[in-house]
Amino acid sequence: MDYLLAAFAWLADSSHWTGRSGIPNRLLQHLAVTSVVVSIAAVIALPIGILIGHTHRGSGVVGAIVGAARSIPTLGLLTLFGLGLGIGLRAPILALVVLAMPSLLAGAYAGIETVKPEVTDAARAIGLSEWQIVSRVEIPLSAPVIIGGIRSATLQVVSTATLAAYIADAGLGRFLFTGLKTRDYAQMVGGAIMVITLALILELILAGIQRLARRISHPQLLTTTMKRN
Amino acid sequence: MKWLSQNWEHVIGLMVNHLLLAIPAIVMSVIIAVPLGRLAQQKPWLGKPLLSFATLMYAVPSLPLLVIIPSVLGLPLRSSATMIVALTLYGVALMVRTAADGFASIDQGTHEAAIAIGHSRRSLFWKVNLPLAIPVLASGVRVVVVSTIALVTIGALLGQSSLGTLLTDGFQRGIVAEVLTGVVLTIVLAVLLDLLVVLAKNLLAPWVRSGRAAV
Repeated sequence: MDYLLAAFAWLADSSHWTGRSGIPNRLLQHLAVTSVVVSIAAVIALPIGILIGHTHRGSGVVGAIVGAARSIPTLGLLTLFGLGLGIGLRAPILALVVLAMPSLLAGAYAGIETVKPEVTDAARAIGLSEWQIVSRVEIPLSAPVIIGGIRSATLQVVSTATLAAYIADAGLGRFLFTGLKTRDYAQMVGGAIMVITLALILELILAGIQRLARRISHPQLLTTTMKRN
Repeated sequence: MKWLSQNWEHVIGLMVNHLLLAIPAIVMSVIIAVPLGRLAQQKPWLGKPLLSFATLMYAVPSLPLLVIIPSVLGLPLRSSATMIVALTLYGVALMVRTAADGFASIDQGTHEAAIAIGHSRRSLFWKVNLPLAIPVLASGVRVVVVSTIALVTIGALLGQSSLGTLLTDGFQRGIVAEVLTGVVLTIVLAVLLDLLVVLAKNLLAPWVRSGRAAV
């Protein structure tokens, strides 16, 4: 408990809130890395997942990738890329992109996959082109599941961005590694509190957005789930 | 391969350490998550907040959690107890929803028939509900096994010896073969334990074919 109190004292110290390695700057770096990584991964993985869901081809591959990705140790990917690309942000960003893709792929694929064939057939029957079916029927209907994928990918990246500080001078993880090296446990626990708080806030925001998307794309589901309770 | 042939004794030792952290955590996760899942499924007023809490718990980043646990529980920073507590928290968070789904998957008619032929509450759980939930529970255990094995490596950043040590040590000394050995062996360990769970499931629930377990 002493460490916890010391950590809060460390967090409250105004000198830790200024400068290049101050808390606000580290927080910004952390968020910047997270958003860059999730954006790159989304641009690559979402179209592929949507394509697989729409054509129903290669669904087994998605399952295999998602399962296999879980067993890859994050730290291993990070250190391997670090050895290959050297110290700096390139290696962690690349490693994090690889880690974020399975959740995004699975979310996009599973979302599109669950749109009923009657619905897409009806859309086809009234003369929508395949592109229109994807963009105006399947994506809106599966938005909550796709956002669910973005939510888990973001959470994974914001957590793992902590480890990026192991090979780059960036992010809130710096406080943990500096604290560890200098035996400054207050700084270490303070940094840990910051990362956990950030992750939980992001989780709550994204869960809220997902709920909102569900309400917009499936207004009728709301009443049925309410009845079941 | 050359690196591995020169260091295999060290590597085996690390693998044993890895398992000594992972297996207690996996076992504890299952022992805690199954009754919690049962409770969540039977009492929705308790289940809903419980499952939301599990989702939130799983969102907590691992390295910071490993740093926080010792200062909250008064454990030393480098202790297997810290690792096992953290891994168990994640394992329970991952599995409790699957456990609830497992008990919810049981056919209501079967449940009522079991009551009708005179099962007591206790034997209803042990002889009817638990065995019938095994296929779904096993799919949850598989996820816990694979993610726990991978997660153990994070402890190496704080000096907790496991296959993760090969990752940190290899990175610091610039030995690619060492890091690769760590990555590959961690995956191999996860795949082997996963196979063991599938095997156990097929023994315990021979009435389902493995391909349909997830349904």
